[in-house]
Amino acid sequence: MNLSRMFSSRLFWPVVMLLVLFIINLVAFPGFFSLEVKNGHLFGSLVDIARNGAPTLIIAVGMTLVIATRGIDLSVGAVCAIAGAVACSIILGSPEPGSIGTVAVAVIAALLIALVLGLWNGFLVAVLGIQPIIATLILMTAGRGAAMLITEGQILTVNSPPFKVIGSGFVLGVPVSVVIAAVIFAAAALLTRRTALGLLIESVGINPEASRQAGVRSRGLLVTVYTFSAFSAAIAGLILTSNQTAADANNTGLFIELDAILAVVIGGTSLAGGRYSLLGTLVGALVIQTLVTTVYTVGIPPIATMVFKAAVVTAVCLLQSPTTNAAFGRRRRSLGRGRPGTRTAERASVS
Amino acid sequence: MNGQAPVVEMTNISISFPGVKALDGVSFRMFPGEVHSLLGENGAGKSTLIKALTGVYPIDSGPTDSGEILLAGNRVSFAGPAQAQGAGISTVYQEVNLLGNLSVAENIMLGREPRRFGGIDWRATRRRALELLRGLHLDIDPGSLLGSHSLAVQQLVAIARAIDVNAKVLILDEPTSSLDADEVAELFRVIRELKAEGVAILFVSHFLDQVYEISDRLTVLRNGKLVGEYRTAEILRLDLVQKMIGKELAILDALERRIVEPGGGEDDEVPLLSATALGRKGSIAPVDLRIYTGEVVGLAGLLGSGRTELARILSGIDRPDSGALRIDGTPHRFRTPRSALARGVAYSSENRRAEGIVEDLTVRDNIVLALQADRGWFHPISRKRRDELAVSYIQALNIRPANPDAIVRNLSGGNQQKVLLARWLAVAPRLLILDEPTRGIDVGAKAEIQKLVVNLAENGMSVLFISAELEEVLRLSSRIAIMRDRRLVADIVNDDLTVDSLLAIIADGELTAVAR
Repeated sequence: MNLSRMFSSRLFWPVVMLLVLFIINLVAFPGFFSLEVKNGHLFGSLVDIARNGAPTLIIAVGMTLVIATRGIDLSVGAVCAIAGAVACSIILGSPEPGSIGTVAVAVIAALLIALVLGLWNGFLVAVLGIQPIIATLILMTAGRGAAMLITEGQILTVNSPPFKVIGSGFVLGVPVSVVIAAVIFAAAALLTRRTALGLLIESVGINPEASRQAGVRSRGLLVTVYTFSAFSAAIAGLILTSNQTAADANNTGLFIELDAILAVVIGGTSLAGGRYSLLGTLVGALVIQTLVTTVYTVGIPPIATMVFKAAVVTAVCLLQSPTTNAAFGRRRRSLGRGRPGTRTAERASVS
Repeated sequence: MNGQAPVVEMTNISISFPGVKALDGVSFRMFPGEVHSLLGENGAGKSTLIKALTGVYPIDSGPTDSGEILLAGNRVSFAGPAQAQGAGISTVYQEVNLLGNLSVAENIMLGREPRRFGGIDWRATRRRALELLRGLHLDIDPGSLLGSHSLAVQQLVAIARAIDVNAKVLILDEPTSSLDADEVAELFRVIRELKAEGVAILFVSHFLDQVYEISDRLTVLRNGKLVGEYRTAEILRLDLVQKMIGKELAILDALERRIVEPGGGEDDEVPLLSATALGRKGSIAPVDLRIYTGEVVGLAGLLGSGRTELARILSGIDRPDSGALRIDGTPHRFRTPRSALARGVAYSSENRRAEGIVEDLTVRDNIVLALQADRGWFHPISRKRRDELAVSYIQALNIRPANPDAIVRNLSGGNQQKVLLARWLAVAPRLLILDEPTRGIDVGAKAEIQKLVVNLAENGMSVLFISAELEEVLRLSSRIAIMRDRRLVADIVNDDLTVDSLLAIIADGELTAVAR
């Protein structure tokens, strides 16, 4: 890969940012990269980042596909809360909260409800033609209310070992939540890039009318991506709830939609829709989670956390802005007169 | 104009992009009070020359660039378009670069509104706008929304905006591509008035008729080099086209009168498509039309006559609200383009950018899009097959650059059109509806597309060919349907039709004008 290609890659700056954050952490905390095995479980700062970042990544994967269609899904946080509330209330209502059967029923019920919620979003956007930001805003606000009704305004604390595994268990030494995130990520990548789903999603996102005239069934595509987004939100909600061992209608997944959108944007997928990069989203989610970790390792006082986060995000966005890229392009142009702002031909593919 | 000093004199202009010498030692001059046409195929360097003149590509910026620009005898070097405009060089681009949701006055004066007490003096703004509109004999309310006017009026408003900056040089880049005949006449009237006032006008158009009608002199570019400067009255059209494409007109000549025999003469043959009283309120009056297998039917008419509307109804993009449509004699109701495609009816939109190509995707993805959509997302076309399709169509249609991975946004208009054609050919439609497939593309590509249409019909595909250029319709079609004021007024076999007889029908809407 030659240098100019590397510079113009959408992944370049997010990866640089991630590496810079890693280095800062390493300086502040020399054991940052060390991994150790305790009781057959993997431990270390990197593992923490992966585990804590898993819910954001899972949601961001769904969000990437939604954004690629020119849409946005603000309701994912509320869907997290609903999924957690449904699962916990089923477990609590069961005579055997600790049995695997109960937990399985609870998880499946939560996922099914999320599918219905996703279909609802898809219906509003694809069939009724409501703007995605408004359509999903409905569920964003109404969803928390629904979760409150399910939990009857209580924080539902569950004591169910099988349920706890989802958020804080390990398989083969790796946190279960990381495994789930990896599976969702790989499934989304394979499903969109090994089939024609990715091409059709991008085509609808870039030019809906041209796609319609080419016979693309955009309605079905939109319903699919919103449903997938809600489905992944529910999985993230289950992980969060399991990790806290409690369903909190007000706080589970609060503002997670913003982190997810941010991860997508940092990853180089434009909010205007079209070309998307799941790999970029992965890097974006890692950047966001590493930031949170950095705050602790560097010892930034909690009251300054938000400001610090904002500064980093601003930096990433500046590096990605067309103006900055054009400035870089000009420098290259003076050497050989390249056209600024044109994208490279290759796709940031995950396959 | 001889004896006068040129207002613009560009000498030995060279501009390079990586791998391409866009302009190679080109000289160009314009005199005050003349209309000067700049001609050449796509990629000949017309746009680059204009951009060099208007400061978009500052000459001094690159080591490989050279040349000198004199404006009214003084050496100038523009760092950007604003400086060029300040010096009296105004440009009106092909696509109207104005804001439809602002008023006409605001559009004309945008960015240089008269100021008063630190705010905008709206009364003076409107007054000045009105003066400028009067100067163009354009009788519209400056307070009305720009978007409420026709494209032609918007184009004139753009010109009003351009000449307000006391233009010495006015550059009109494809100003007529979306105008109909009356509107072109209106534009030409304005051009002549400006010319009389001593403005030098640079006119760029693919319509040779218009070039001959309006321009005094013309300059031909080819492959970034100057071919020559000529007086319009002294160069034959055939010579001009040869100079533009640089080769003999063999392809065009071979096409002359090579019309496919009408496929369905006999009464017992079932038409591939037959429309009976097919109409849509507010769009077109009920239409009867039959298209047989393997024939090219031309659809002629003025802009806004209902050509495109009919095509959109036939291809399922708009739904009809009356009448019936039969394919092979079986009634069908196309609710979506998809259902039409499933029956083998494909429509290639006249609006290449908005409804045709998917700009940010590669040539390969654009070519396979319709085929892939038809198969559904779960049955992807294999990478190998996609490459084969892309490569074969790139070769067959001579798409440049010949790179399946090129992003379609970066292709020239003619090549984008070919990519779009390839997309429809890949689904092997039985009826291909081509809406203005040759608009705004160069002579060479145009001939290639025309040749392709003939070949397709010879291989059994039916084509409904829509074009504003009557010569083209006449050359290709075995039958010609003519629309006027949103109704189909004639459907005639093309045996001894001429442009004049077509024009008579288009103008009068009389079936009786030509024996059926």
